Amino acid sequence: MKQDLRNPLARARGLGSAKDGVGHWWTQRITALALVFLTVYFLVTVLGLVHADFATARATVGKPWNAVLLIALIVSMFWHAVLGLQVVIEDYVHTRWLELLSLVLIKFLAVLGALAGVLAVLRVALGS
Amino acid sequence: MAQTGRPLSPHLQVYKWQVQMATSILHRATGIVLSVGSILILWGLIALASGQDAFDSFRACAGSALGLIVLIGWTWAFFFHLCNGIRHLVQDTGTGYAIQQFVRTSWASIILSIVLTLVVWAYLFTGGAA
Repeated sequence: MKQDLRNPLARARGLGSAKDGVGHWWTQRITALALVFLTVYFLVTVLGLVHADFATARATVGKPWNAVLLIALIVSMFWHAVLGLQVVIEDYVHTRWLELLSLVLIKFLAVLGALAGVLAVLRVALGS
Repeated sequence: MAQTGRPLSPHLQVYKWQVQMATSILHRATGIVLSVGSILILWGLIALASGQDAFDSFRACAGSALGLIVLIGWTWAFFFHLCNGIRHLVQDTGTGYAIQQFVRTSWASIILSIVLTLVVWAYLFTGGAA
């Protein structure tokens, strides 16, 4: 018996009913894996800075490796958040225009958030 | 939603409550909480970039009673999403799908997230980071 009921063209395109294949699924997993390491690093760094003064905190965040990892954290965090929120909205918001509006809104907010965070780290790292 | 009259899924109210349902819905809930909570990280970083005054007021807010409650809640949300997220990543490899394993790892996510939250805040409240 034929196992796969899809027609050969659909299988070749590999895009499925969502029209974008497994890209969303994979990106969510990759960012999740990155965040496992980056968030634990972030937590340890913050715990080390709880009693630090302003100058020490600034010096720590401004170190090249910390700045790089923080920027990586910010980008993957907002990316992962937007992918997750997208699924929640698609699942629970059933009014089409509201769904579309929310989907666009979270993308705009996530990009703005990521840019603001990256700029803050760069300002500290480059000392302005 | 289109009023088709067809039955809708899932009928949560007809299911007996099970721990996997709790971890599933909590994963989404904590994901939403952490998305909103990312504003806290931005706030801290922007305050640090803006100068001493902004950083001091960020500190004062974080150290206030309300700030601590939010941060403790945020810590648990983070640890739960981390533990349960790792559980999901493992399940994505196709392992851990036996019902017993599913139940056991669900409880592990919940208990471990609470323990880790307690450890972090015990460390902070006993002045371990001083």
